[in-house]
Amino acid sequence: MPQPSCPLTSQQVVDIYFMEHRAKLLDVAAFLDRLERAEGHEGLQDVRVRALKKAIPLLLDSNCENHANRTQRMLELLSDHTTEPTPAAHTQSALGADPNTQY
Amino acid sequence: MAYIDPHIHMVSRTTDDYRRMAQAGCVAITEPAFWAGFDRSSPAGFYDYFRQLTDVEPKRAAQYGIAHYCWLCINPKEAEDPAFAREVMKLIPEFLDKPNVLGIGEIGLNKNSRNELIILEEQIELAKQHDRLILVHTPHLEDKLKGTRMTMDALINAGIDPGRVLIDHVEEHTVAEVLDRGFWAGMTLYPDSKCTPQRAVDIIECYGNERIWINSAGDWGPSDPLSVPKCHVEMRRRGHNQKLVEKISLKNPLAFLGQSGRFILPEHS
Repeated sequence: MPQPSCPLTSQQVVDIYFMEHRAKLLDVAAFLDRLERAEGHEGLQDVRVRALKKAIPLLLDSNCENHANRTQRMLELLSDHTTEPTPAAHTQSALGADPNTQY
Repeated sequence: MAYIDPHIHMVSRTTDDYRRMAQAGCVAITEPAFWAGFDRSSPAGFYDYFRQLTDVEPKRAAQYGIAHYCWLCINPKEAEDPAFAREVMKLIPEFLDKPNVLGIGEIGLNKNSRNELIILEEQIELAKQHDRLILVHTPHLEDKLKGTRMTMDALINAGIDPGRVLIDHVEEHTVAEVLDRGFWAGMTLYPDSKCTPQRAVDIIECYGNERIWINSAGDWGPSDPLSVPKCHVEMRRRGHNQKLVEKISLKNPLAFLGQSGRFILPEHS
């Protein structure tokens, strides 16, 4: 594997990408606000929401500092880690978080 | 710049998309057999689909100077019923000698079930019997990590050369293992799932440019048939040179697909 590299300086990364990711972060905040404003509480306990809330702290996890593997760790958090085949496929779609994990 | 989109479902796209792709530099595509968004009610539905992939789409693509190649299989979403899947698999050999058929794909797993795995193993055997390349679909979202590992195990257990298999839809949590085990890796550029162009370039920066390509996997869902050239723009925006762009979207696809003995770029034919 090569040494991870990006031709840009860190300042150039900020200058090019900051606004795009500021907007994405605000979208996450607005989604959570909308969820809490909406009628009923069942959505707040949905496994996808619980998984998302568990993933958010990884953005600032000090274990990620200088490793730059936040994306990989988030994807692993959201994944099914069992190894045996599922007995049967009862649905064709995926949720985005593992329904059998206690998030 | 001339480029190859090695995974796109043109049966779901308009002729205008062919035109726009040609204008953006696309010179060749490969189209794997996939789930149409609904379960087909009979094997005859697949027979007509295979005719579309081997006869209709090449003609549509040729109008815009794009070479069209394809892969045949029963996709994992319709593989939960083994009896049905085997009826479809019986149709495949009749089409394998069509000039634009590169191999078996996109086979793989969807919910990582026992029946899906049985049909995956049987389709790997079909590719082996006919000495064909394999294109693998890896599962969506939470099922991807487990399904990618199960699929690679099945391929290795069957004695398949990993250098003749492309494992598609890799992301940050699967790409290293795919490359470490000797397979080719495909990154799919989607707006809401799989990889964005930015993340695909991040992966190239972290894991290198050997045995890896990008594709749009444009289909009937949220997707963009021009996502490959948009990813090229992202590479240049970061200061990567033209050689890298050509490596990812021309030389690498040519090296993998060329193993079929059938894939030829239009200007080279």
